[in-house]
Amino acid sequence: MITHTHRPLRVVLYEGSGSIQLPAESRAKVMMALLDKGYTVTRSSLGAPAMPHDERNLLVLGAFEGKAPALEDATGKITIDTCDITGLEPDAIVALVDKSRGEKTMNEPGKWKPWFPVIDYSRCTNCMQCLSFCLFDVYGVSEDNKIQVQNNDNCKTNCPACSRVCPEVAIMFPKYQAGPINGDEINEHEAGREKIKVDISSLLGGDIYSALKDRSAAAKSRFSKERSPDKALDERKKCLTKLVGDGFIPADVLASLPSTEEILKKAEIAKARAAAALAAQ
Amino acid sequence: MSPPATILYCRCAYAQVVPTGVKNDVLQKLCDSNASFETVSDLCEMAAHRDPRLQAIASCGKLRIAACYPRAVKGLFQQAGFPLPADTEILNMRTQTAQEIADALLSAEPATAA
Repeated sequence: MITHTHRPLRVVLYEGSGSIQLPAESRAKVMMALLDKGYTVTRSSLGAPAMPHDERNLLVLGAFEGKAPALEDATGKITIDTCDITGLEPDAIVALVDKSRGEKTMNEPGKWKPWFPVIDYSRCTNCMQCLSFCLFDVYGVSEDNKIQVQNNDNCKTNCPACSRVCPEVAIMFPKYQAGPINGDEINEHEAGREKIKVDISSLLGGDIYSALKDRSAAAKSRFSKERSPDKALDERKKCLTKLVGDGFIPADVLASLPSTEEILKKAEIAKARAAAALAAQ
Repeated sequence: MSPPATILYCRCAYAQVVPTGVKNDVLQKLCDSNASFETVSDLCEMAAHRDPRLQAIASCGKLRIAACYPRAVKGLFQQAGFPLPADTEILNMRTQTAQEIADALLSAEPATAA
């Protein structure tokens, strides 16, 4: 799990007592621009509840008519800066916020897509199939033997393959376009459809070997004299390429798969972890 | 009389999966009102980083969120370690109209689309 977060400012658009309200259109333009740059913004007006403080410094913007008050946090924990935005156009207000932030690092949209699985624990049966399936160590087991997403930064952007192996349709990718993977409600028809997909996409993970073994056994009589490990690997690649071609997984996931030996090793480790967690339940 | 709900708007700025027209219209309608509200750039991004701000949001009492699918939003908070209260109302900007969402956010009564 990524824990670094860079949000140096909480911007407060103050329109309470002592300030003049911005025109609604300007207010919306300023907020959209700031949000699209990655800022979080509070609009504060008269008599309404405020969100609790956090650890960030506050930048309070208001049309104070040249009399921006000097404010100080009573607890002394955070810095409060006030800026008068009387008469400023939206672009100038955004520039003022950027200037106030200065060189401090901030998470910004466009540089990274938050792509990782989210488990719906109301559906999850802790079967550990996702743990066995994922080749990139995204999943792990908690101290109380529950499946959890532990390394979401390992997840391959735009790859929802693990959600397709989940027999309970309990794995979501909120940035995915289609339901139910995007978190849309699941009806019985969709649940059935997802289960059918399992048979296809399970070829990608640890199960690929049992699937290929089955295929290999069936083909053995036909190809007994010419069968080789290389051929099995070719077969796996064909299966994976088909998954890419069908749009189930992005091409770069295929390109970034570990070596065959590493996959086998990972599959064994994941299988052992899953078995241990299941046995401990 | 119960206290007014805190309103949270998610911009979904890190990936364009929420229709731009709807999210712009919802924000415009919030700005047109006199309500105070909180906005974040992207709840998914915050959950990925276990942003402590999520804890502040989850613990602020009665809450209405304009974001995306309720199942996903609840899952994001839970996975980050800060589960939302059961009575949180979540409006879905991927499926509902801006008017429906704004009406629910600004209503004095509980929304029906949670």
